[in-house]
Amino acid sequence: MIRIMEVCGTHTMAIARSGLKQLLPPEVRLISGPGCPVCVTSQETVDSVLGLTGLKDAPVITTYGDMLRVPGSVFGDSLLKRRALGADVRVVYSPMDALDIAANEPDRQVVFLGVGFETTAPGTASAVKAARERNVHNFTVLSMLKRLEPSIRALAADPGFRVQGFLCPGHVAVILGEKGMRFFTDDLHFPAVIAGFEPEEIMKALTLLLRDVRNGEAVLRNAYPSVVNPEGNELALELMEQVLEIRDDRWRGMGMIKESGYGLREEYADFDAEKRFGIRAGDPVELPGCLCGEVIKGALEPADCPAFGKGCIPDSPVGPCMVSSEGACAAAWKYSAIKALK
Amino acid sequence: MDDHVTLDHGSGGGKTARLINELILPLIDQGKDGSENALCDGAVLDIPRGDEEGKLVFTTDSFVVDPLFFPGGDIGKLSVCGTVNDLAVMGARPLYLSLSFIIEEGLPLEDLRRIAGSVGETASRAGIRIVTGDTKVVERGRGDGIYINTSGIGVTALDLKPENIVPGDCVIVSGTVGDHGSAVMLSRNPELGIMSDGIGAQLLSDCAPVHREALSLAEGLGKDLRVMRDPTRGGLATTLNEFVEGRKDAGIEIIEKDIPISETVNGICDILGLDPLYCACEGRIVLVTAKEAAGKALEILKKCPGGQNAAIIGHVTEDLPGALIVRTPLGTGRIAAKLSGSQLPRIC
Repeated sequence: MIRIMEVCGTHTMAIARSGLKQLLPPEVRLISGPGCPVCVTSQETVDSVLGLTGLKDAPVITTYGDMLRVPGSVFGDSLLKRRALGADVRVVYSPMDALDIAANEPDRQVVFLGVGFETTAPGTASAVKAARERNVHNFTVLSMLKRLEPSIRALAADPGFRVQGFLCPGHVAVILGEKGMRFFTDDLHFPAVIAGFEPEEIMKALTLLLRDVRNGEAVLRNAYPSVVNPEGNELALELMEQVLEIRDDRWRGMGMIKESGYGLREEYADFDAEKRFGIRAGDPVELPGCLCGEVIKGALEPADCPAFGKGCIPDSPVGPCMVSSEGACAAAWKYSAIKALK
Repeated sequence: MDDHVTLDHGSGGGKTARLINELILPLIDQGKDGSENALCDGAVLDIPRGDEEGKLVFTTDSFVVDPLFFPGGDIGKLSVCGTVNDLAVMGARPLYLSLSFIIEEGLPLEDLRRIAGSVGETASRAGIRIVTGDTKVVERGRGDGIYINTSGIGVTALDLKPENIVPGDCVIVSGTVGDHGSAVMLSRNPELGIMSDGIGAQLLSDCAPVHREALSLAEGLGKDLRVMRDPTRGGLATTLNEFVEGRKDAGIEIIEKDIPISETVNGICDILGLDPLYCACEGRIVLVTAKEAAGKALEILKKCPGGQNAAIIGHVTEDLPGALIVRTPLGTGRIAAKLSGSQLPRIC
């Protein structure tokens, strides 16, 4: 059995939507890794976000739509539920939209939920920078930004980790460049291929990857060269460097991982929601009956989760993997034949 | 007259009468056949008693779209199309419409004028008479500008329903899908900046009455026409699921590459993270016909204005009863379930 991990939630969705797994030989398995930003956000962080809506003079919460249905620790709780009960929660497509909301409503505090990997980090950083330049001081960011590399290193360090190669996330590679993916091969000694998102591009990358796995060659290949260059996006990296600083961070199912997240630099403390609202992630919390942590690590496939399709469906999710548009369980539920056969 | 709707306009007194008589009625005047043009609380109606038109079809729908004006239409046009189309896809000739406005205090009268104008224009295009109506005003903050409810009555001789579908039948759409849903989502997010200068400029809602197409199909195909629907909320995938839901003997398979979707809609959906198969249409028909009648159905649709994109997109199969299967360009199959929760909150 050859196990390949795709580390990007967008890949997970594209693979499910195209039905690509049906074309693979039975001995090749595609496993979803920790690439769904909302899913990897720790439960205590989700709870502290929900807590923000309960404050006196609660701020406007601005967020990508993905976060809305993520369940809180209390059964039935979510931002969507809070909104129905009167909280001011607004979906935005970019942090700049959130900044505009703050600029237009100077009497309200506006918090942007900064979820994502290196892909969304530059946009978040640029909104913080713009907030300072435009003097929009009622705007803050709650940074939940995560870094790819430390999470993969943490996974690979687990003796039970059984994966032979990686399909590298094309979008993260756009920012970090080929050099940001070198650790897969040079340090961890896995074959790795940077892949695009069209089914044909994923197939091509898989073909290259399987050949390298067979030949035992831990080389990095760029099968997405039209947009991924060796050095990455220097402008984006510079922005991140100016505004964000690397810190230890907690992940769902994986616990505290050293240097795995981004917070706002001290110079931008005025725009840091953690500081403005005194947010401290509480003690680690686990959702009862939820095995999302195992799914995120690739240790459990969605269909093998006892809750999948039973207690846990998109309309009444037990955990975030079932509700995020990049979640492995959401992909499996939305696009697989499993439920039709039930 | 004032510039904005006030609570007084909903008092039921003189101001209400003036709003209705001076602003709304002239715009929705349906009295061209010499009948009364003033709306009554209760309308007395003639029911045609032709040989083949035996049954009444009655439908109602409420419209809460945000924004009120979107590329290709507005809430007024939508409120007529929605109900006319619900009648039309039952094979019914649309006859009478009721029209109720729930207006939020502060709505600019100019907006109301535009909306009522659209209502009138669309109703006359669809050949449906507005025969009764109501106007209420709610306090500021209690509504999003305006909500509209319309109910419609039509007559039909047909009994179109999903139960008529049998394996082997063909599935057809009358045009590109997803235009309305993506246009509304885009106009709700002008900050994306692709609205005016980029691809967004080409994106219009498909909002339109489909009674002509529907009646031509009903007339031309007879018993070979199994069922028609306008794939509004939940889009094409949800409608097709509803056709075979619970069936033990029939499922539907559609061929992804045969589904007409404009490049613009595909692009916008990519950016917004939407699936065009789940985006609402407001001027399309999805229909199932007997296999041998599919070519004729296509011919009929292509002859109608705007029908050049009509396409056979799949067939009814025994393979996976009760389910909708999408055959991808890779040749793989996937199940497309009904929309769960809302992909697009409040688009119609």
